[in-house]
Amino acid sequence: MHSKPKALWLQGLTCNGNSHSFLNHPQLGILMERFELLYHPHLPCTLSLEAVVTCMHECDLLLFEGAFEPTMRRAGVALERLLEHYGACAAQIVAVGSCASFGGVFGSSGGLDAQSQAWSEKIINLSGCPIHPEWLALILSGFAEGSAFALDAQRRPKALYAHLVHHGCTRNEYFEWKVDAKGFGVNEGCLYYDQGCRGVLSHGSCNRILWGGVSSKTRSGQPCFGCTESDFPRRDLFKTRKNMSIPHEVPLGVSKRAYLTLAGIAKTFTIERLSKDLMDD
Amino acid sequence: MSTLKRLKRREEIIEGALKLFSKGGFYQTTIPDIARTIGMSVGNFYNYFTSKEVLAKELLLYISEYLGERIRTINESDATTQEKIRAIVAMYFEMVQSRPEMIEYFLRIFLSNREVFGEGCEGTVCVSAFITEMMLFFDDGVSCGDLREQDFFSAFGLFMGYLGGMAFLCGEKVLPHALDSYVDSITQNIYRALKT
Ligand code: SF4
Repeated sequence: MHSKPKALWLQGLTCNGNSHSFLNHPQLGILMERFELLYHPHLPCTLSLEAVVTCMHECDLLLFEGAFEPTMRRAGVALERLLEHYGACAAQIVAVGSCASFGGVFGSSGGLDAQSQAWSEKIINLSGCPIHPEWLALILSGFAEGSAFALDAQRRPKALYAHLVHHGCTRNEYFEWKVDAKGFGVNEGCLYYDQGCRGVLSHGSCNRILWGGVSSKTRSGQPCFGCTESDFPRRDLFKTRKNMSIPHEVPLGVSKRAYLTLAGIAKTFTIERLSKDLMDD
Repeated sequence: MSTLKRLKRREEIIEGALKLFSKGGFYQTTIPDIARTIGMSVGNFYNYFTSKEVLAKELLLYISEYLGERIRTINESDATTQEKIRAIVAMYFEMVQSRPEMIEYFLRIFLSNREVFGEGCEGTVCVSAFITEMMLFFDDGVSCGDLREQDFFSAFGLFMGYLGGMAFLCGEKVLPHALDSYVDSITQNIYRALKT
């Protein structure tokens, strides 16, 4: 083992969103001091891309951002070849973002773990569009310290994806009493019923590890798009699909019958406090 | 008294009260009337229901669950949307014939004495079992592309209002033919009105 683990960041088809999100980590410098960063397109590193593609080097941790597209080339070398080499030597591979984890926006050939049987056991899927910088920091620190992460069925760390995005949303009480938001960006109401919020259907910690340390999409009045799930992206992200006023999809693990029974009863009562503007005096 | 016996007795009160209320009306029917019909002392009646209003709400829950259970069986079958409509219409008309007191209670007591069903029966609370199954029926119909997307109550009103109207006409002996002979034409009408 080297004094510092060697990390390598490769990209497939990507918008750079995860890289950019990661650059916002407030302790990025301290975090990266624990690694020898061989290559990253935007961070100071020890190798050039040209040197990386010679496949003369080895890494301990491979971070892969973007959708895997086998015909794609980096500095003239097929991505497939690079993955084959660095995937084989790395002790762990992190699929950074939903494109790397599941195909995401580009769809292409599915997630990274579909590419090779040999790697699949080494992969941690860090889905999200983009990932929260803190999620990656957790995995990097864990790797540096030699800790193992319990993973869910889609190889996502349970520490980050066991809960639903709904957990910790400041609008939970509105969800319970079926008070719908009157629009986007308002303080009051839940966005599940009209604005397409998938917080009750999506695994993630967006409302427990806040974005920018202060907020989340749903807290600020925008719907959760379910970007951590393998079926992301879907159509009509700002709209809830309904069948005769009945939500097409109900909270994860809840039967529609159970949901409708409770929702019908909750809707019957008007909770004065929840029908008012929060900032009204 | 064993729990089973108590439940049986409770059901007898419900069945007896349903018949009396639907014939005599809510205010005209007294607790002694109900107790007498089922051979129970008035004192004992209060061991089961603390007031006539409480009983009235229980009756509504009872009917809603009765209907809900039947629609649930239809919902869970493999039938097409049109077949499900037919099954619901046929089930409802059969109920009008075999359990007229249930439909009468709903139409004549619940809808005309709303003041009795205030607290504890707000909105759809006491008819939740039935409404939920109708919601699931419509949800399935739209989901599989058979029914047109629209407001739930517009569709619900069309469906149940129609059936209620037919039950009323049947009760008034206005219909020239037997109620079940209307099942097919009414199924067609409802399906045509709601389909995509
Ligand atoms: S806005 Fe979304 S995450 Fe928040 S309570 Fe409603 S459904 Fe849950």
